[in-house]
This record gives sequence, structure tokens and C-alpha cells, in this order.
Amino acid sequence: MTKIFGNFIEKPDEKEGYLVLGFAPNSIPIRQRWRNNGLSADFLADYIISFFPQSKDDLDIVNKHHEIRGTVSYIANELLENAMKFCNINSPFPVSIQLQLYNDNIKIFVTNSMLEQSVTEFQTYIQKLLNSDTQKLYISQLEYNAEHENNTNSGLGLLTMINDYMADISWKFEIDNQEIIVTTTVQFSI
Amino acid sequence: MEIKNEDYYISYNSETTTINCEGALRLGGITEYVPIVDLFNQVLNTEPTLITFDIRQLQFLNSSGINVLSKFVIKVRQKKNVQMLVQGSKQIPWQGKSLKNLKRLMPSLQLEWM
Repeated sequence: MTKIFGNFIEKPDEKEGYLVLGFAPNSIPIRQRWRNNGLSADFLADYIISFFPQSKDDLDIVNKHHEIRGTVSYIANELLENAMKFCNINSPFPVSIQLQLYNDNIKIFVTNSMLEQSVTEFQTYIQKLLNSDTQKLYISQLEYNAEHENNTNSGLGLLTMINDYMADISWKFEIDNQEIIVTTTVQFSI
Repeated sequence: MEIKNEDYYISYNSETTTINCEGALRLGGITEYVPIVDLFNQVLNTEPTLITFDIRQLQFLNSSGINVLSKFVIKVRQKKNVQMLVQGSKQIPWQGKSLKNLKRLMPSLQLEWM
């Protein structure tokens, strides 16, 4: 039972170069691991910059680095935070984040397990994201959050990626060894 | 009033009615932001004419933090007698991309790029 949402792109062939980080969700409590999300995101951002032309004097190059670094860092951190929050912590299936650089875009793939009872709600939310005016949805989500103090999930991570970072997001749900596995792919132009 | 740890520093200067945020705010969801929200609310309860929000040194803010900042803007908007000035930096990528959304929540909010 594989289910695709958006223009899903498969992870590239292993013969192509890529960087992947993996985490075991059941090894340490989520709160202790939380800071690791930002560190990993910053590492991925710094790493990818090394593949771009280097110059300290060319302002265009410096600005481009700044832009790409900021985008990778924000998106990777949000994806890792989501994966850590929504993965099945009792599952041995690792959370992984893979980064792939192409000529004109960067793709980030995050794969994690998911609790069966969360899947329907998440897929409904994805449908809403794909079929709504996301600019309007962003503002209405903020107004909703302001009125509902106890709402624990801001629901802004994916929306900010789409609206502010022009990211194209897609998802694949599949079953692996009786576990529900979701892969989120985020692609953005460089 | 101030909150300090190894990743971020938040303070309020009552003479200039300025909230200053520096560092990287990537806390784990709404509950971890509670002390920061409390500080913001304490400032708002004093009803200064203008609240200046200086985030020129805030290198990172996750979406939970964007939520906190946006909710604060909505609260200021509801006060009607309090104005808000946000001082940002275009050198910090997330600010160049996301701060404009605050003006959509509160059109009278002033956004100053420094």
C-alpha cells in the first residue's frame, strides 16, 4: 500500500554522491536529542556550501552562500523536528535525512516511521496543503493559534517552507516490515 | 527582565521599551517557549506606547518561534493603544524571508531593516 502526495521524487540512485545522517529514535529521549536537530541542520548547510564557488570578495557569491545556507538550515531543522515529533519512538526504524545537490536545485529527503493512528490526520493535512491557497492558510493558521492557546503544534513548519522558501514538498507513505514509513521530499531552486 | 542560556539571550529594557532577542531559538514546541511568552506578555501588560522588537542578532528562529512571535503581534494588535516596531537584518536569511508576514497580521506594524 504505497500512497503518494504531490510530485514525489524518489531518492536518487546510490551511485550518485549524497550525504545522509541517521538517528535511532528510541536511543535517547526526544528532549535530550532536540538540540541535535539544529546542529545537524547547520552541519548539512555548511557541508553543501563547500560545493559552491568560494570567494570572500565577490559579494554575489557571499550572498548566495548566505541564502543557501539559511534555506538548508531552516528546512532541514524543520523536517528533523517534525520527524522526531511524529515518528514512532518504539520503532527500530531510523530517522534519516539525505541531502542531494543538483545543478539548479537541492533536494532533502527525510524518512521516518509513523504511528498508525496519526497517519489519517497527517494525510488530511497534506491534502489541505496541496489544495489550498497556502498564503491564506498561513494567516488563518496564525489567527487560529492565537485564539487556541493550548494548541501544541503550530502547524507552520511546512507552510513556511512553501510560502517563504518556495519549496516544493511531496510525500510517500509505504509499509516496511509492518511499519508505516513516510518519506518527505523537499526541493527548492538555487 | 532577561532570559539567558547557551543558545540565546532575551532581555527587556524598560527605558527604551525594547525587547532584544539574540542567538538561535529552536525550542521544542510551544511548551518550551512558555518562559519567553511570559516575558513578552509582562512587557505588553505595562502598555508602553511603543514596543521595539530588536531581532537583528537573532540568527535562527524555528517555526514554533515564528508562531510565538506572530501570536505576540496579534496580542499587540488587539491592544490598539500599543504600537510595534520590529528591527530586523536582511543579512539573516530567515528574517528576509519571513518577517514580512508580521505586517500581514498587523498592517500598522513598522518593519525597519538595519
